[in-house]
Amino acid sequence: MFAYLVRRLFLMLVTLFGISVVIFFLLRIVPGNIVDILFAAAGYVDPADKANLEKELGIDQPLVMQYLHWIGGLLRGDFGYSYVSEKPALQEILPRIPITARLAGLALLFSASIGIPLGVISAVKQGTKLDYALRVVSLSGLSLPSFWLGLLILTASVAMFGQMPIFNPNPQTWLEAFATYAVPAAAVGFRSAALTMRITRSSMLEVLRQDYIRTARAKGASDAAVNYQHALKNAMLPVITVIGIEAAFLIGGLIVTETVFNIPGVARFLVEAIRWRDYPIVQNLVMFIAVVVVFANFTVDMLYAVFDPRIRFTD
Amino acid sequence: MRSVRALAAMAALSVLTVSTTTLADEGKQGGILRMYHRDSPANASIHEGATYSVNIPFMPVFNNLVIYKQDEPQNRMDDIVPELAESWAWVNDNKTLTFKLRQGVKWHDGKPFTSADVKCTFDMLMGKLQQKFRQNPRKAWYNEVNDISTNGDFEVSFNLKRPQPSLLALLASGYTPVYPCHVSPGDMRTHPIGTGPFKFVEFKANESIKLTRNPDYWKKSRPYLDGIEFTIIPNRSTAILAFVAGKFDMTFPTEVTIPLVKDVKSQAPSAICEIAPTNVSTNIIVNSSAPPFDNVDIRRAMALALDRKAFISIMFEGQGDIGGTMLPPPNGLWGLPKEMLETIPGYGPDVSANREEAKKLMQKAGYGPDKHLAVKVSTRNIPVYRDPAVILIDQLKSIYIDGELDVVETANWFPKVARKDYMIGLNLTGNAVDDPDQSFYENYSCGSERNYTNYCNKEIEKLFDVQSQETDAGKRKKLVWEIDKRLQEDVARPIIFHSRMGTCWQPYVKGVTIMTNSSYNGYRYEDLWLDK
Repeated sequence: MFAYLVRRLFLMLVTLFGISVVIFFLLRIVPGNIVDILFAAAGYVDPADKANLEKELGIDQPLVMQYLHWIGGLLRGDFGYSYVSEKPALQEILPRIPITARLAGLALLFSASIGIPLGVISAVKQGTKLDYALRVVSLSGLSLPSFWLGLLILTASVAMFGQMPIFNPNPQTWLEAFATYAVPAAAVGFRSAALTMRITRSSMLEVLRQDYIRTARAKGASDAAVNYQHALKNAMLPVITVIGIEAAFLIGGLIVTETVFNIPGVARFLVEAIRWRDYPIVQNLVMFIAVVVVFANFTVDMLYAVFDPRIRFTD
Repeated sequence: MRSVRALAAMAALSVLTVSTTTLADEGKQGGILRMYHRDSPANASIHEGATYSVNIPFMPVFNNLVIYKQDEPQNRMDDIVPELAESWAWVNDNKTLTFKLRQGVKWHDGKPFTSADVKCTFDMLMGKLQQKFRQNPRKAWYNEVNDISTNGDFEVSFNLKRPQPSLLALLASGYTPVYPCHVSPGDMRTHPIGTGPFKFVEFKANESIKLTRNPDYWKKSRPYLDGIEFTIIPNRSTAILAFVAGKFDMTFPTEVTIPLVKDVKSQAPSAICEIAPTNVSTNIIVNSSAPPFDNVDIRRAMALALDRKAFISIMFEGQGDIGGTMLPPPNGLWGLPKEMLETIPGYGPDVSANREEAKKLMQKAGYGPDKHLAVKVSTRNIPVYRDPAVILIDQLKSIYIDGELDVVETANWFPKVARKDYMIGLNLTGNAVDDPDQSFYENYSCGSERNYTNYCNKEIEKLFDVQSQETDAGKRKKLVWEIDKRLQEDVARPIIFHSRMGTCWQPYVKGVTIMTNSSYNGYRYEDLWLDK
């Protein structure tokens, strides 16, 4: 198990280094920089002013020097300054992380708490009306883009209640706090829940056909014991994989959801930073997301080992 | 000289008017005005910005020397009132503009305002100080200013190279606040200090901008509001829905499209919505330095092919204006009168006849039904640019021109135009001040940084100077019409239309004035109040 852990950790570090190189150079390949955008907005270019600004921001340096400067700073805990707000990058990023983390956490919770039980029910009740109804729900979840669903929810809220659940930084009541995160989390988590439901269903159906399940039933185990103790535990591996991947994929869904619900989280902030070519913000944020994703995958790998002893012993 | 005396008399009258209106206050004190903002501005420094995304939230922090009357919809020279100045006078054969400054005014950090601050601000705008703005988009406004001199702490003079009556109009724009000498340009970008009715509290990028009432404001009993809060909502649907749901007292000014105004009125019937010209023209930039548009016949054919009414019907449900460079009357002060406009090729009411003429010009240039001219129509990847570009492509088909849309990301748009890496482009031009000096010199004078097409006509350039020095408004207007007509005939930058946009507010918001010939100058918000 220790060797497995060390190997995974080493792989993680190599991956992060690779990601840092890709992030840095991909960002520079995109045409235009912050200075171009600032002058484009002003509708003119003064070459001297432009050169001064590029020098001030350090983007006139060779790319390798810029990369080393960034990585060196990261290792020293210096994340640089936002080109746009001129505030420390960390000061811009940190307050937004809990907002997105709460939203992502709630969305994942929504996804797992709805998707897994409904998937199990759908599998156990295979071929019944309930199964068909649940499959229609899951299919619709996969088909509806989260931004469209979000806008639909907002429009319906205004039309039906004269209110709308957009972000409130200082909620006064429990209901307001709930509306701040729960509705957008449901909008973005609906797709994940649908996917989780389908994976759980197919995985459960496969497991329920195994010999040891028949044996458990023959031994007189109750339906609940068979379904939840014997079958579900073994059906969970693909479900965990999907939830792990979804955790990483969620950031894409959050970008649009944060925009539609006007939530000042990191996902929307990232899009704005890309629009402005605010390199310090984009690099550090994408790096942060990469770290989260790599850690999520690492955690999934560790969970595999916990759920399937063959993995930890083989490795 | 007579007009100078008239100006001085009007200035004195304006001072009187300001003091009498103060006595006739009706507004209620208190409340926070909640607005949404369409995007996150790059910074808080008006002098470094070139979009009203900066003016709207930060204009309430500052004062100018003079300003357009905030409760008059039309910006006019005779509606300019003193602000940090108490009075002004043109002297030295109209080559010196002297301001007597208000005493006892304090910056938001408690330091006193003096003539040194005025000199600092304009010296920096003219690039005469070591300390510089990161960007200085309106440096050209002060091309005719030789220097700024002070006489004691409360008198300042703008010494000009030649008379330029419109300098006063430029100084009255929302783009011309006075900055404090003791605060660096960098600090002004992140934490602006002004003398205005509201103090800056915080600017959270992509989130919010907050201002609070300045209790020490020099204009007693103003402002009425306790503060203004802007929530940044880039998604237009969300923003409008939030306004309808009552989360905001007012929409972002002149940002609601005509169809959306209808939506708002149907969903929130009590909301008050006003549609007004923005003094932003949609126009075509033509690369006349390379084939095929180096051929004047093809340029003229293109101008003749335009069906301007169709653009306005499709995009604005008929609510737009057709004109030349200057915003057309009655909202615009200098625009060509209809009868003169219709004499310009392409502006005549018979579009079919215009296009027949255009076809002949195309045939003369070697194109026809069997040989179409293929062109790329470049534009920014933003709906207000993209949509008219698509209509333009459709209209050009009628004269054997096959256009292909070339959408360019904002970051690459200006470098592309500057490289002349385009054939024709669909462009938007906003005018901060409804004055020919701003428009002509900025967009059409030889060598100007914003003259994207490098149009250069020395003869017309001379006329720019003649109109600029003319102190008689009537004579100047006739000169301006002549220049505008010639610019259109030269196909310098064919103007397609002048847009109109809407602003909505809840019925309890009082004292809102939407300006009708500029969307950059009416956001001091000191007279606005909430009847709640």
